[in-house]
Amino acid sequence: MHTYLLSHLEELESEGIYVIREVAAQFENPCILFSGGKDSIVVTHLAKKAFYPQNIPFPLVHIDTGHNFPETIVYRDWLINLLNARLLVGSVQKTIDTGRVKEEQGLNASRNKLQTTTLIDTVEEYKFDACIGGARRDEEKARAKERFFSHRDEFSQWDPKNQRPELWNLFNGHKSQGEHFRVFPLSNWTETDIWHYIKKENIQIPSLYFAHERDCVLRNDIILSYSEHLSLREGEEIVKMKVRFRTLGDLTITGAIESDADDLDKIIVELEASRQTERGNRADDKRSASAMEDRKKEGYF
Amino acid sequence: MSEMERNMSLLRFTTAGSVDDGKSTLIGRLLYDSKSIFEDQLESVAQASESKGLAHIDLSLLTDGLRAEREQGITIDVAYRYFSTPKRKFIIADTPGHIQYTRNMVTGASTANLALILVDARKGLTEQTHRHSFIASLLQIPHLVICINKMDLVDYSESRYNELMLEYERFAAKLGIKDIHFIPISALNGDNVVNRSENMNWYQGSTLLHLLETVHISSDQNLIDCRFPVQYVIRPHSTAFHDFRGYAGRIAGGIFKPGDKVLVLPAGLETTIEKIYCGEEELEEAFAPQSVVMTLTDEIDISRGDMIVRPGNQPENSQDLQSLVCWLNQTGPVQGKKYILKHTSREVKAVIKAITYKLDINTLHRNEEDKSIAANDIARISIRTTSPIFSDRYTRNRNTGAFILIDEHSNETIAAGTII
Repeated sequence: MHTYLLSHLEELESEGIYVIREVAAQFENPCILFSGGKDSIVVTHLAKKAFYPQNIPFPLVHIDTGHNFPETIVYRDWLINLLNARLLVGSVQKTIDTGRVKEEQGLNASRNKLQTTTLIDTVEEYKFDACIGGARRDEEKARAKERFFSHRDEFSQWDPKNQRPELWNLFNGHKSQGEHFRVFPLSNWTETDIWHYIKKENIQIPSLYFAHERDCVLRNDIILSYSEHLSLREGEEIVKMKVRFRTLGDLTITGAIESDADDLDKIIVELEASRQTERGNRADDKRSASAMEDRKKEGYF
Repeated sequence: MSEMERNMSLLRFTTAGSVDDGKSTLIGRLLYDSKSIFEDQLESVAQASESKGLAHIDLSLLTDGLRAEREQGITIDVAYRYFSTPKRKFIIADTPGHIQYTRNMVTGASTANLALILVDARKGLTEQTHRHSFIASLLQIPHLVICINKMDLVDYSESRYNELMLEYERFAAKLGIKDIHFIPISALNGDNVVNRSENMNWYQGSTLLHLLETVHISSDQNLIDCRFPVQYVIRPHSTAFHDFRGYAGRIAGGIFKPGDKVLVLPAGLETTIEKIYCGEEELEEAFAPQSVVMTLTDEIDISRGDMIVRPGNQPENSQDLQSLVCWLNQTGPVQGKKYILKHTSREVKAVIKAITYKLDINTLHRNEEDKSIAANDIARISIRTTSPIFSDRYTRNRNTGAFILIDEHSNETIAAGTII
């Protein structure tokens, strides 16, 4: 029997497309923050659907830490070409070279926190008034309080205790000069939804998400990919392992998981049996209970 | 996609309550028993509970995400939580229940299909029960589930349950909520939450989870009155789609098909739907709440804020609105001041002409003397807009019957309104 009821994935898709079109309608100079990770890939897919047969009417912005997986960059350039989209790159290396930030030193140094300055500089340079991101509320407890349309003051700061109430699907994008919005069309999606949707829509994703042989280093119980950016410490050695990544961040902080899941069906099965959150392997979130909230207040993704 | 995946639907529900009515315990149990809490989450909550000197794992720590909330042990904001079973995906809008947080309750209720209200079996109906129920009815949440909780503390008494059920039904008669369910539970022990209770054989109804999985939601959207607010106009100007002109939006009511005769407001011109797209895919029909693109057989000047409807079924087309508003801002309304009114994809300027009464949300008493409005107050007001909006009564369509007011200077969302 035919019923007029959307499946959960169709309803999430409809909501995401609606939010992205609101951005195009309410703002003069929006962009998509594109990391090459699965969430920003799904956002980009929704944007493509939202405006078909028109090209996505705003650029994709990649904040490049210089510590990317090479596979991410290959994928990024392939996708940009396919979509006939415009790519803008904000370089963390440039931010360091111009003395705006200092490279972290010490054992757990990473460029994760430095990205915030590059991101804010890029927003100011191109005068973006809305940045669409792939963050989901189920990812992290500070993100559970995030709005679809999240206001940022002229210093790009987030004030979690003074957020605009968001009712029905009436999104208020009014702002003063110099302020901007971060917009999150995937707010209501979970990690499982993302994978089911990637499968349903047959979306191409970077090979890093599928199980493959890789040179790894075991550090603090986290499996890190060996690369030129990672110097071995005493007692550490390079081991060949069959791994895949659940999230993609910087090479230096994104942990892999041992896995045989080399296709989407196997990834979904593995995910549904998993007892750890996807960010459990992210060293950047482990710094403190409020690590994400603190970074977000300063203007992080 | 497996058959199961395809048939999974989405239910949004709201809960409201204070610390001691067992709401966190209930949510924790739903999440835990549906395996939606991960080990590392549980570990960090267990650690935090221990450092606070608690003997049990405080599941509210899972949800209170902001540092200030964890420090003060309160929920400041609406928190959204997710879990799913093979039948449905659930979005919980978890809101604090105290009167200062009416605005949060209203926010959580605005998108909900169902409201979960907890009643302590020992204490019976309280002011808070009335308040939550009233907000659920004001926001027209289609389904209401009253969980009579802590049944273990009243010896699983059937007569106590019946007594509370009758009392609630008497109270709810004046609210006009169509679909009300009652379930006797113990959130702490798990009776009738996910598993059927062995302590209450006298209860023949569903467990809470079973009810959430099966409550009939396909008629929650208005599928009768066709309403398509134009959100964005798509003009590719490309070689392949040189003359393409598509109208993008999310259907706010009804079912549209290619070939349908339609009327464009405010122009008042009739035309026909040529094609309906979702991405590259052409659809045979589209219904609320789908996001689609429509092309029309005639070239008509249409822009954002216009509405496509059926000629024989038109919305109200007026500059004067009667509404119930929930005030969200500390600063109350200023008569004669211009606000921005946002309704579907349309924004117009508006002034508040009169405040008819303020509503006591505990007693439903209409106060026509004290009309001073501040944050969390609910009032009936009349509004005049600078140009017409195309609306339906909120009770008929939640998408076309709702609006927000925005302050022109601070840009804040200051009121949420329903059209009556």
